[in-house]
Amino acid sequence: MSMLSSLHLTAVLISLILTLPGSVAAAPEGPHLGKSITAGDLDGLDINVFPDGRGLPDGNGNSETGARLFENLCAACHGAHGTGGSASELVGTSPLNGPHPDQSVGNYWPYATTLFDFIRRSMPLNAPRSLSADQVYALTAYILEINGLIAKGAVLDKKALPAIQMPNRDGFTRLWPENR
Amino acid sequence: MMDLPENVPEAEEAIAGGGLLDRRVFLQRSLGVAAGGGLALSSLHTLAGEVPAGMKAPGRPFSNYGEPSAFEKEAVRWISANSMAPGNGISWTPLHRLEGTITPSGLHFERHHNGVPEIDPDKHQLLIHGLCRNPLRFSFNDLLRYPMVSRTLFVECGGNSNAGWHDEPIQTPVGYFHGLASCSEWTGIPLATLLDEVGLLPEARWLIAEGADAAAMNTSIPIEKALDDTLVALYQNGERIRPENGYPMRLILPGWEAVLNVKWLHRLQVASEPVMARNETAKYTELQPSGKAHQFSFVMEAKSIITHPSPGHHLKGPGLYQISGLAWSGRGRVAKVEVSADGGRSWAEAALTDPVLPKSFTRFRLPWRWDGSALILKSRVTDETGYRQPERNQLITERGKHGYFHYNAIVAWAIASDGAVTHVYA
Repeated sequence: MSMLSSLHLTAVLISLILTLPGSVAAAPEGPHLGKSITAGDLDGLDINVFPDGRGLPDGNGNSETGARLFENLCAACHGAHGTGGSASELVGTSPLNGPHPDQSVGNYWPYATTLFDFIRRSMPLNAPRSLSADQVYALTAYILEINGLIAKGAVLDKKALPAIQMPNRDGFTRLWPENR
Repeated sequence: MMDLPENVPEAEEAIAGGGLLDRRVFLQRSLGVAAGGGLALSSLHTLAGEVPAGMKAPGRPFSNYGEPSAFEKEAVRWISANSMAPGNGISWTPLHRLEGTITPSGLHFERHHNGVPEIDPDKHQLLIHGLCRNPLRFSFNDLLRYPMVSRTLFVECGGNSNAGWHDEPIQTPVGYFHGLASCSEWTGIPLATLLDEVGLLPEARWLIAEGADAAAMNTSIPIEKALDDTLVALYQNGERIRPENGYPMRLILPGWEAVLNVKWLHRLQVASEPVMARNETAKYTELQPSGKAHQFSFVMEAKSIITHPSPGHHLKGPGLYQISGLAWSGRGRVAKVEVSADGGRSWAEAALTDPVLPKSFTRFRLPWRWDGSALILKSRVTDETGYRQPERNQLITERGKHGYFHYNAIVAWAIASDGAVTHVYA
């Protein structure tokens, strides 16, 4: 083997290792027209909130403020105190292995951060993205309070929210990748 | 619509109970009876000897974009939406009105969480950022220059067919029971090509995809699937994707539940963990009898349904019919579809219409001589992995009745002696 092809082979092996976990060898090459994302390009767009709290903004809110917001913005669809209506029930404690399981926030949802993520991106339906971070924290607090997961008046922020352990945290069996 | 054929094959042999004939009978004898022939709800007759009206006057002029015949007003999606939020709900593909395997784009099922956005492609861009060396944004017009592939693939909602969990069998046309599934030719860019350009970091394991709709629908996709066969689709059945199906671009994950096929795609965040969005925790998870739920149950298991005849159709007396239906599997190709006309006691193998493509609708057909007696029709599919569609009682024994998603049990239609077709649990 010549020095050149040996070097080439080494380069190929290194590039394969660098592209782990998945090989993209099968992908056709593109014309490289993408433009670099600059700092401002993701402002207001990168709204994913992860279970460990990554993505949560500054700000805070308590459940009493949240109760007033809920009454004005949410109760028409989710029912007074989250008992359900044209939209999902948010409370309910019937056991998940019983005849009428409640897949409510307190009974079913595995992560409290999901509430913040979903409310901020999607709610209310008639004006998504209209709530401030403080308002989303307050509504999240209220929904957790009516589920008996935090005390009335408790304040949530980017440190307190991901620290909440949801009762059904371990209630899920992943079919991917374990049982694909 | 055709009435019953006058000429029936001679020496035909039933190969299973209830009058099921060898699948080659139609081929051998070139009868070519259209499925649905003889199932007509009503029919229009041209009187013998009368010149058809359309032959005596010029027809309509050209049209810029064609529409279905005015006589096809019934072949429409049924809409089931939230009265408080009309853009939140579903609409169904009318499978009972369609034949072949391709769903017309205007009849592809819909699931929207908060309406269909109107997106100007000149202003749309796809952002890819997170755990990658070169975060990039691609304009829609840039993406049009990328290498594309075309594949015929089904897209099925994880909640399709879930009326099957009901205690009583739902009585509705098959499209409004199993029609949250559609099949199109999708053309797009392998996502792997774009991920190659951003340069994934070694810790990259998931992509968090997000749509540019009023729900900012987000969900987590394993990097293995993204690099395997996922497409950023720009075209559906040859034309740009319809607004309600994700214009100007959407993800297509062959064989995986539709919620992952994010429409109006505008952002992909590369991450080491799933985001645990509402639609992968509170929804699209399947509660099991133990009280634990299945999560990341991405693959749509094999399913088959008889579309002709099906509830709402009416058999016009004993005679020869062609049973026709659809089968598909998220794991690959359909290997075999069997049909029973005696409630599952005996089965006959149906003919599969070529091409049999992986993760695509496959049309099956079987000739059937109905003697006019009451009986029960069923179909069951086996895919190329050897997985066979379960009976309903088996599925409920294994998964209980609160899973909501991923219902794929064998479906039974009862044929009454008067030709009426109803849905039964049998």
